Parts: sequence; C-alpha cells; structure tokens
Amino acid sequence: MSVEKLKQVFAVSLDVPLNKIVDEFRYNAVPQWDSIAHMALIAAIEETFDILIETEDVIDMSSFAKAREIIAKYGITI
Amino acid sequence: MLGGKVVWVTGASRGIGQAIALACAAGGATTVLVARTAGHLADTRDKMSAGGFPTPIVLDYDITDSVAVGHAFQEVYKTTKRIDGLVNNAGIMRDALLGMISTADIEQSFSVNVFAALHHLQFASRLMRKIGGGSIVNVSSIMGHRGSAGQTVYSATKAALIGATLAASKELAPFNIRVNAVAPGVIQTSLLDGLSPEKLDGRVQSIAMGRIGTPEDVASVVAFLISSQSAYVTGQVLGIDGGMTA
Repeated sequence: MSVEKLKQVFAVSLDVPLNKIVDEFRYNAVPQWDSIAHMALIAAIEETFDILIETEDVIDMSSFAKAREIIAKYGITI
Repeated sequence: MLGGKVVWVTGASRGIGQAIALACAAGGATTVLVARTAGHLADTRDKMSAGGFPTPIVLDYDITDSVAVGHAFQEVYKTTKRIDGLVNNAGIMRDALLGMISTADIEQSFSVNVFAALHHLQFASRLMRKIGGGSIVNVSSIMGHRGSAGQTVYSATKAALIGATLAASKELAPFNIRVNAVAPGVIQTSLLDGLSPEKLDGRVQSIAMGRIGTPEDVASVVAFLISSQSAYVTGQVLGIDGGMTA
C-alpha cells in the first residue's frame, strides 16, 4: 500500500503520469525531476510518511527503486 | 515579538549563546537549547524559569554528528510541528601562531564552527520551508572579516560562516527563509578571562565606544534578526563591535 502512496507522491510532485513511476524511473530522466524539484519531492515524501530524511539519503535518492529502499529504512513498510 | 515561535540555539549553556536564548525566550519564543551535556544547560533553564519564560526544550547531542542533528530536528519537529528560528552560535576558539597549528585543531575548529552550522542550516531550512518561512542567524565574528594574529584558523572558520550566510540567503529567499550573520567584536565572555589587564586595555583602546560589549548587546540584535521585525532583512553581516569597524 505504501508503494502506491509513494508512487502518488512522485507523480504529483514531479507532474508525471502514475504509470511512468516504476523502479527504473531515475533522477533527471524527465526534465521535471531536477535539483529544485528533488527538494520538493523530499518534502512531500517527509510530509506523507511523517519522517525526516537524512541528508545522505536525500542525496542518494536517485531513482524510485532507491526511494523505496530508503523509505524502508525509516520504518515504513513498503 | 517572538510569541508562538520555536527558536533553536546551539551553544546555549553560557555566554553569548545563553544571552541569545534568554532574549528569545523573553520575547515569547519556545527555545530549543543545545549543548553537548544537558547538565550544562541547567543554568539557562533555571533563568528562564525564574523569568517566567516559556519552558525550553533541552537537548544534548554532538552538533558535529550530522545523523544526531537530523534525529534531534525530527524529534523536536514531531512535537512542535514548527521550527521558526535557528541560531548557529556554538563555536570554539583555538589560538595558535602559524607553524604551530595542529591538524587536529584545524579539523576540530572547522567541525564545530562550520560543519555543525551547515548541518543545522540544512535541516532547519528544510523544516522552515514546510511552514512557509523562518530566520537563521549565524554567529560569526569580527575576526571573520578582519582577522587577528594568532587566530588564522578561528578567522577562517568565521569567514566561512559569512560565505555560507551569503549563499544560503540567496538560495532560501524564495522560500521566505532569511539568513543573516552577526559579527561580534570584543565581548565580555570567558574567552577574555585569559587576557592580561594590559592586553585587555589594549583591546578597549581599539573600540570607538570605549567599552567591551556584553552578551546582551549581541543577544538583542540576534533576537531582532530572528523576529519578524526584520522581515525584509536577509544576506547581511551585522557588526556588533562598538565601532571597531566603523
């Protein structure tokens, strides 16, 4: 369920169709996912899952698959 | 002027940091007091209690540990749901002449004076964005733009804080987050205890106003910069030095 929630956050924050959000969806793969949007995406993920992502993880979040992996570290079942 | 706001102050156990925390609390802010050892904050907490100020949140963690900083912000944010102000005050001064400066002293000075401030700035600004703005004040020093013999490392760290202030103010302005620095001159703190009367007199001679500053002189300016009374002020380095740089 959390995977679907995370997909929604990606789709809304980056203004990308939901079906494009797959594990291989990577940073800079679309023009919308640039460094400025990345920080907005992080903020939206934090808000949705009520977590505060550490700086190294913010930098490491380079794909949807990586995002799933990182979110799981914060105790979110995904 | 700070009622309802949450203001984070590092190095709040004594001196300038304690005065800043008290000034913010007197203005109505809930303060987050940070020191390496919570017991060292008892005096600040007692003074707030005696003054009838809002009860502070007391935290002890290693400010140079970015993971610990993140956890601290997360824990406080969960409770307060807001961070309005950050004062990066904690700092150390290691005097040494060139040729006698150890690598360990350089690393520790940058770690406490610069890296810790950057860790706090990053987390605070992210949380401030969520509430639509905030104010960050970095406590630099007159040494950051004037320098002093025997203080090459300290001066370098304080200059770094000024650079960080200017860059961050530009990056964060669109999010209504203001970033300023203060540059205190000679202030009456324990750092002056080791000076001989002659050296102290020499310092006073260099101050146009003819007196050493007090921690409260610095604190009132910082409280102003944290408050909305300075709502249109960002990217500034404000000297608090009695005219030393006039």
